Amino acid sequence: MTSPTSPDATSPDSRPFDSQGAAPRPAPAPTVVEARKLSLVYPTADRPVTALSEVDLTIARGDFVSLIGPSGCGKTTLLRVIADLERPTSGAVAIEGMTPEQARLKRLYGYVFQAPALYPWRTVERNVMLPLEIMGLAKAERHARAREQLERVGLSGFERKFPWQLSGGMQQRVSIARALALQPDLLLMDEPFGALDEITRDHLNLHLTQLWRATGKTCVFVTHSIAEAVFLSTRIVVMSPRPGRILDVIDCDALPRERTLDIRETPEFAAIAHRVREGLKEGHSYDD
Amino acid sequence: MIKRALPVTTMTLLLIAAWYIGAAWLNWPQAEEALVRAGHPTGFGDVLGQAYAMKRPILPTPVQVLDELWGSLTGYAPSSPRNLLFHAWVTAEAALTGLAMGLVLGTLLAVGIVYTRTLEASLLPWVIASQTIPILAIAPMIVVILGNIGLTGLLPKAVICMYLCFFPITVGMVKGLRSADPLWLDLMRTYSAGRLRAFWSLRLPASMPFLFTSLKVSVAISVVGAIVGELPTGGQAGLGARLLSGSYYGQTVQIWAALIMASLLSVLLIAAVRGLELVLLGRAGAR
Repeated sequence: MTSPTSPDATSPDSRPFDSQGAAPRPAPAPTVVEARKLSLVYPTADRPVTALSEVDLTIARGDFVSLIGPSGCGKTTLLRVIADLERPTSGAVAIEGMTPEQARLKRLYGYVFQAPALYPWRTVERNVMLPLEIMGLAKAERHARAREQLERVGLSGFERKFPWQLSGGMQQRVSIARALALQPDLLLMDEPFGALDEITRDHLNLHLTQLWRATGKTCVFVTHSIAEAVFLSTRIVVMSPRPGRILDVIDCDALPRERTLDIRETPEFAAIAHRVREGLKEGHSYDD
Repeated sequence: MIKRALPVTTMTLLLIAAWYIGAAWLNWPQAEEALVRAGHPTGFGDVLGQAYAMKRPILPTPVQVLDELWGSLTGYAPSSPRNLLFHAWVTAEAALTGLAMGLVLGTLLAVGIVYTRTLEASLLPWVIASQTIPILAIAPMIVVILGNIGLTGLLPKAVICMYLCFFPITVGMVKGLRSADPLWLDLMRTYSAGRLRAFWSLRLPASMPFLFTSLKVSVAISVVGAIVGELPTGGQAGLGARLLSGSYYGQTVQIWAALIMASLLSVLLIAAVRGLELVLLGRAGAR
């Protein structure tokens, strides 16, 4: 147990580094996720595939961390290990000082998948209420939370619609609302906007960064878009395949915490994007 | 609508024409003989008229069958054994009871097969083997065995229906219970939901479209099962009994009327299942 205080008591404003811009951090925020020498090897027919090799990573409370890299670099695997959807072969992960399994059983995180993964036989509202039903919350509380989260992602008035009546971007917003309804401290997102067009993606990125600032949650975000990673993150983890490993961890302190689409035109943004691109290029050196 | 009406009407008219030609051809020798015996003229028109108006034709005309059906439905009270509605109800009762039993058995088998690997290996071959036995052969055995332990009337017929019904339901439900998307299952895991919860909230609702497809097949074969079940009992009531008595006395018109009634019953029951599907799955199924 690293944090004695209840998570909801820590409002975003009370954190020391919430001032805008690149203010130096007076005290390090408590660690939420800590991975040590994490490896995962899949046994396959011809030869074992190393999805993760000796990965070390520390994620502090309130951070927005992006995992970026080409396909097969283990970024999704790393996220799934944190979520206890995969078991590592060796090494350890701690979430709030617990094993991933304990964290999963206590429902400490919300997970957003690549696809919206909405249940087609449930209305939008009942999809958001599903985790709350499993938690055993009272009906009134379930309704209140579902309405609150749907409003937060801008989908008030769509409660009674079925998923197929919504566009892809709207469906993915429902799935974010569903993850938020659990009121987790930690939000794990696996390329949530990967299947959307660029205009919708920009819009949702803006929405997500505002949501992150408003709720003060810790986010781990998997992507293969450099612009998306730089725009959203406080830190960017650059990964490389065969075997999946971390090449570089880039701090985005040069960018303000409050982000608008305009910051993508700034030299700071370009500098970070350049460093990410250089990192990715290094990872590709195996390509002859 | 109009685009579909034309081919359907054309096909119906062609079938009716073929039916009339067939009736004339099949009944011709009998009709000619009857006219000769009665000393009537045997011109083409006379024989044709007689072929379409036989009391016990080889093949009755559509008008004769409809006439019989209409007379039976309107001439007697619905509770009278001379009314086909009475017989249709007796058959429907057995078919629906058997369908309900088949639904329970089929679903239980499917759940067992999906959740237990040993059951999949040990049960599935028997489930398939059960369907290779001709129902006409096993139906009298079921009637005899159940009659011997004191079960008569509706139940033996329902058991025969169940025997036919459970198979499509088992096959459909096994596929349906396994149809849940891997992401949907992962989602359940992130909520740390137990197996029972995953069954009720995910696997079972995901299987519903498959169940209804199976039910539409099952309800039709259940009617066949009930009719077959009425044959060996020498039953007094039911469409099967009506077919049997018709064939005893060479009442071909009566047999054809009962056949039409049986198919109308099946169509009605399939429509009822479809209606239930629309009500239960409704807009969620309208993808």
